[in-house]
Amino acid sequence: MSVATTESGEPGASPATSPAALETPLARARGLGSAREGAEHWWHERASSVALLLLFVWLIVSLLRLPALDHRGVTEWLRDPLAAVPMLLLIAATFWHLKMGLQVIIEDYVHDEGNRFLALLLISFAAIGGAAFAIFAVLKIAFAATGIGR
Amino acid sequence: MSRNPNRPLSPHLTVYKWGPHMLVSILHRVTGAGLATVGAAALVWWLAAAASGEEAYKSFAGWATSWAGIVVAVGLTWAFFQHLLSGLRHLVMDIGAGFEIEGNKFWATMTLAGALLLTAGLWLYIVTVRGA
Repeated sequence: MSVATTESGEPGASPATSPAALETPLARARGLGSAREGAEHWWHERASSVALLLLFVWLIVSLLRLPALDHRGVTEWLRDPLAAVPMLLLIAATFWHLKMGLQVIIEDYVHDEGNRFLALLLISFAAIGGAAFAIFAVLKIAFAATGIGR
Repeated sequence: MSRNPNRPLSPHLTVYKWGPHMLVSILHRVTGAGLATVGAAALVWWLAAAASGEEAYKSFAGWATSWAGIVVAVGLTWAFFQHLLSGLRHLVMDIGAGFEIEGNKFWATMTLAGALLLTAGLWLYIVTVRGA
């Protein structure tokens, strides 16, 4: 195996003595991430998409069936646990799914490692923050009926 | 990483002949990004306004039923249906089906037509039956 064909033009790297020059591509790939969980993100994206399909059909049908979409109509509807619970599930699935989707877009287009790390951190914060805010809103409406939220 | 310059590079997007499957693929990402930002913000705004009380809800409803709000709402509806249908197409392709060129192009075109039809149908229902 010729060492001259590996890593061209690396400053200060003497091909004969540098450990990198003797590395195979596999050795270089090692330590860059586990292959064991590679399909997990992909699978979670699909599983949440099926959940969202059911939950959004429920939401659209529910909203179209409401007598009025004003404040009173919406809050009275969300006081029913059979509306509040699917709504909470919808919020969780939505923000989980959108976080994974935005993550793939960032990983595809943001090549600088620092910027990528920052962007991934920001979408995680935004997704968790948005979900928490929306969940709190639903719980506040739902518990107002029982007096827990007062 | 070292690369053998004698090996060909993958051709860039511009050399491919455009087809409906390419448009649907890129639209899946674009609509997903739109729903994840504008759509999620609208969902949080709506729920937060409902939880904050009648005044806040009126302010939200005012924006939502304004000229600009309706344009955004129709856009989100279309993005939702496009993402839903192309997502279903992806689920079918994930199980290894639908890769034959004619069928693939046909169902790609169907997601485009279906999303427009569902958007038009839903808003027609809202305007006529619910009286907007």
